[in-house]
Amino acid sequence: MLDSKIPSGSLDQKWTSYKGHCKLVNPANKRKLEVIVVGTGLAGASAAASLGELGYQVKAFCFQDSPRRAHSIAAQGGINAAKNYQNDGDSVYRLFYDTIKGGDYRAREANVHRLAEVSVNIIDQCVAQGVPFAREYGGLLNNRSFGGTQVKRTFYAAGQTGQQLLIGAYQALERQVALGKVTMHTRHEMLDVVVIDGKARGIICRNLVTGELERHFGHAVLLCTGGYGNVFYLSTNAMGSNVTAAWKAHKKGAYFANPCFTQIHPTCIPVSGDHQSKLTLMSESLRNDGRIWVPAKTGDKRPANDIPEEERDYFLERRYPAFGNLVPRDVASRAAKERCDAGFGVGTTGQAVYLDFKYNLINKYGKAEANKQGIQHPDTDTLMRLGKEVVKEEYGNLFDMYEKITGENPYEVPMRIYPAVHYTMGGLWVDYELMTSVKGLYALGEANFSDHGANRLGASALMQGLADGYFVIPYTVGNYLADEIATKPIPTDHPAFIEAEQQAADRINRLISINGTKTVESFHKRLGKIMWEECGMARSEKGLTKAIEEIRQLKKEFWSDVKIPGSINEMNPELDKAGRVADFIELGELMCIDALDRNESCGGHFREESQTNEGEALRNDQQYAYVAAWAYQSENNWQLNKESLSFEVAKPSQRSYK
Amino acid sequence: MQHYTMNLTLKVWRQKNAGDNGHFETYPVKDISSEMSFLEMIDVLNEQLIKDGKEPIAFDHDCREGICGMCSMYINGRPHGPWQQNTTCQLHMRAYQDGDTIVVEPWRANAFPVIKDLMVDRSAFDRIIQAGGYISVNTGNAVDANATPIEKDKADEAFAAAACIGCGACVAACKNSSAMLFVGAKVSHLALLPQGSPERKNRALNMVTQMDKEGFGACTNTGACEAVCPKGISIENIARLNREYMMAGLTEDK
Amino acid sequence: MKWSELFTSSVGKKWIMGLTGIFLILFLVVHVGLNACIFAMDGGVMFNKAAHFMGSNAVPRILEIGLFAGILLHMIQGWSLEMSNRAARKKGYAVAMGSKGSKWYSRSMGLLGTLLFLFLVMHISHFWVPSRITGLDPVRIEGKEYHNLYGEMLQVFQGNLAVVILYVLGCLALAWHLLHGFQSAFRTLGLTNGRYILLVESAGVLFSVLIPLAFALMPVSMYMGWIK
Repeated sequence: MLDSKIPSGSLDQKWTSYKGHCKLVNPANKRKLEVIVVGTGLAGASAAASLGELGYQVKAFCFQDSPRRAHSIAAQGGINAAKNYQNDGDSVYRLFYDTIKGGDYRAREANVHRLAEVSVNIIDQCVAQGVPFAREYGGLLNNRSFGGTQVKRTFYAAGQTGQQLLIGAYQALERQVALGKVTMHTRHEMLDVVVIDGKARGIICRNLVTGELERHFGHAVLLCTGGYGNVFYLSTNAMGSNVTAAWKAHKKGAYFANPCFTQIHPTCIPVSGDHQSKLTLMSESLRNDGRIWVPAKTGDKRPANDIPEEERDYFLERRYPAFGNLVPRDVASRAAKERCDAGFGVGTTGQAVYLDFKYNLINKYGKAEANKQGIQHPDTDTLMRLGKEVVKEEYGNLFDMYEKITGENPYEVPMRIYPAVHYTMGGLWVDYELMTSVKGLYALGEANFSDHGANRLGASALMQGLADGYFVIPYTVGNYLADEIATKPIPTDHPAFIEAEQQAADRINRLISINGTKTVESFHKRLGKIMWEECGMARSEKGLTKAIEEIRQLKKEFWSDVKIPGSINEMNPELDKAGRVADFIELGELMCIDALDRNESCGGHFREESQTNEGEALRNDQQYAYVAAWAYQSENNWQLNKESLSFEVAKPSQRSYK
Repeated sequence: MQHYTMNLTLKVWRQKNAGDNGHFETYPVKDISSEMSFLEMIDVLNEQLIKDGKEPIAFDHDCREGICGMCSMYINGRPHGPWQQNTTCQLHMRAYQDGDTIVVEPWRANAFPVIKDLMVDRSAFDRIIQAGGYISVNTGNAVDANATPIEKDKADEAFAAAACIGCGACVAACKNSSAMLFVGAKVSHLALLPQGSPERKNRALNMVTQMDKEGFGACTNTGACEAVCPKGISIENIARLNREYMMAGLTEDK
Repeated sequence: MKWSELFTSSVGKKWIMGLTGIFLILFLVVHVGLNACIFAMDGGVMFNKAAHFMGSNAVPRILEIGLFAGILLHMIQGWSLEMSNRAARKKGYAVAMGSKGSKWYSRSMGLLGTLLFLFLVMHISHFWVPSRITGLDPVRIEGKEYHNLYGEMLQVFQGNLAVVILYVLGCLALAWHLLHGFQSAFRTLGLTNGRYILLVESAGVLFSVLIPLAFALMPVSMYMGWIK
């Protein structure tokens, strides 16, 4: 039975009350308790640093060569917080409400409210760490707006907010390393969770440089290993982002919740060919200033700048006048796909729409700047020039990146963009304390499912990662460890450790001894294609059923015909990748099963069978207002547990951004 | 933008592990699209090598968006290849023509030992940060974010220094294998902000001490670091580090 | 941090290079100013008087000790930095980076410095050794006896094409050494920022061209017979 352990009391008092009543561990005992943190992105680094500061003995692990490389670093646009510095009507309640609504009423109210509450502390903490957020001339913090909201609550550092926040957390982490409170293990990949008497007590990991397997004990284990968007092969995730740690935990008893909830981000650089290894995001913040359009008639092959205003279709502004270009991501993505499917797409593939900055370069920034500089009656060229300077400061790095990839100058011609897989709202099921269904095993950040429902709002991933790591886990893990102070460190020659290591070793041996004919990459690409076509932006019963069959077939083929060069006891990136792809294949099957089970459309999950006459997502609250938490039983066999969602404060309604 | 395909010759450094002597291998690569990124071209080569029963080239890479700082190739005598303010992963093949020969080497510096092929160990950078590249503020201690206004120009300058991705191209390019741009960027980032000021002196002194310990050379202001920095970190940060260091050393009260 | 640690760290060593460098730059100003007296076209009267003052007055004599100490420190420190910097990359690149990002003379300060050292050996043996140790012919000016350093110069340069070429080459080495060294010293001492860097760099270029040019003109003028 799923117990989400939500504290009693009114929604806005739950977290305060929890903090006031949870168990504490005294400083002397903290020194005796060991915590393992896997993954060192925003959630992992902030958790490891904060727990180290509290006095716990922390062991942190990441597969990259330094914790500073984690993919949180690539987040561009910003981080939300209910500071209301702009005096535009923001509040904790509004951030909570926007997040619940943006998530299409599939998130847990109590978690989301807590997230909104601590959001304000995150900004304070980051500024104190030296995160150089953008500022106004008066020296105070600046904000920008993001999709799905009508206030400006997003703090940012040009188009590199994730980088700056991660560097802040990384520095806090390295400080604890220097103080001896955190031991950092880089180039290590977790391959299993060790469970003893029903509690997570350690991990098995592989030293990626030497290939050796290692055993590590911890009184508690925190998984902060990010999302699984790379199941689609092409996504905006880093090449190394993977589901392996979460998947191993799942197979050891942790439920996987809402695996099919995937965010397809509307503004990414389109695929250019079969060689493509990953996709690149153009921050949602660009929709503040860019207008999205396609030609009004099909097959219009003129260059974008030659198409006159009246022959353009600003389809987001047309369909959603209230939010315009700033509708939530799922809505914007589907609208772009609809136009392209209807034959209005642009570029050589026809799988792209324009994101055009010209209007705001001239009218918003150019005019304001001309005014400021006292230029009377400026001509268009002057306005463009002035506008460019401002935009350069706001998003310069993104424009440069676009130009490097495509060879086109987005100041002159509109960007071509298309939706791409970006984030996974699903993840390991966790209760209010972020504990999975395995005692002592926690999941933080994108690795858990808890805060974003069926669709995440822009600039909320950074907020959640840091909320979990800095402000939630230090309390909740203490509540668990308070009962563990008598537990002595378990020696790693305990049979459970030996068995787990043996299983990991057996699997590696099996992989490398297949010695087939097809590369790991080729399997990953095929999996991605199946997932994108049948479990991507539009899903149907027929397609999903077919996909499940195909994935099972692919799995058989993988385990009989994959070719992995090199050997086990050395640095072998192909072997690492093979293990990850094998897990992605299993996850892909579960995602399709979950998508098939949820016969409604909500957020990023769009079932063709469930839509309004206008083609908008149609939710079914009677049957599907639940979190689908899947328990692994055996190969191809999962059991569905449902955590029903009740909305006491934010009453579900049909989402409308019109 | 006109796209084209090309055939190239690649000379790549191969080294089995840290103990191996290493050598160059030459590979022909065919039908490379000008739209590919440099790393996608290496992916193509690696797929071919695996099919031929050979070991693929090991190289560091992750985000492929030019921000994680993991990629690290020294291409035809320049870290991250020929483009300005660019990382290897963002270098695209339209920079090359049919028939070109491209030599790819790992970063070279005693402080960055080779792990395998083109992968090097940059943990020295982490240890330099551990020596003082942070502000000592425990979680929960912070005052309101707007309690201290910060001059916009200062904040912007701090941001420009903080944009460092820690890739190590500065060290790879420097004839002295000096890490001064990396250290200067971090010291500047934190020294420019009021929050960083209480630890300013020790930070500069300790980070330089650690940098020396790691075996990086001294800076002779040739400017090669700035020229290859993917994030355009200014060499002025080195001047600031020099100033911070000596002022700290001369005004210490012990 | 101990004083010794402060000045033996990589930054500390560079500070010593910068400080001694700027000291030597100041010396060059004095040196070129004094020597420019040969252009007074008075048969060396003004020059010999000036040289006499420098050689007999206590203040310049004491400063001279500082000068030699400065040169020595600059050389030793420079040499040791060059060696340790080279040692920081035991295995080099197959394709050199060359001038993709820096100027050749910026990378060749060790070489230029060595050339300057060799030049100095010759220069000191030409003038300083005879004037201070082995002795020079006397010359009477206004009834008073002076060392005829001017005469020595004429003797060294007139008709000696090889020596004049060596001196011009020495001045070229000095020019390139200064072209990098001038602004580098300011950077090392942290005396630049966005606002002043252009000033420092321009002054450096101007200095590196004018001073060596003025020096080079001296042997050339004597060889060509422009001054007698």
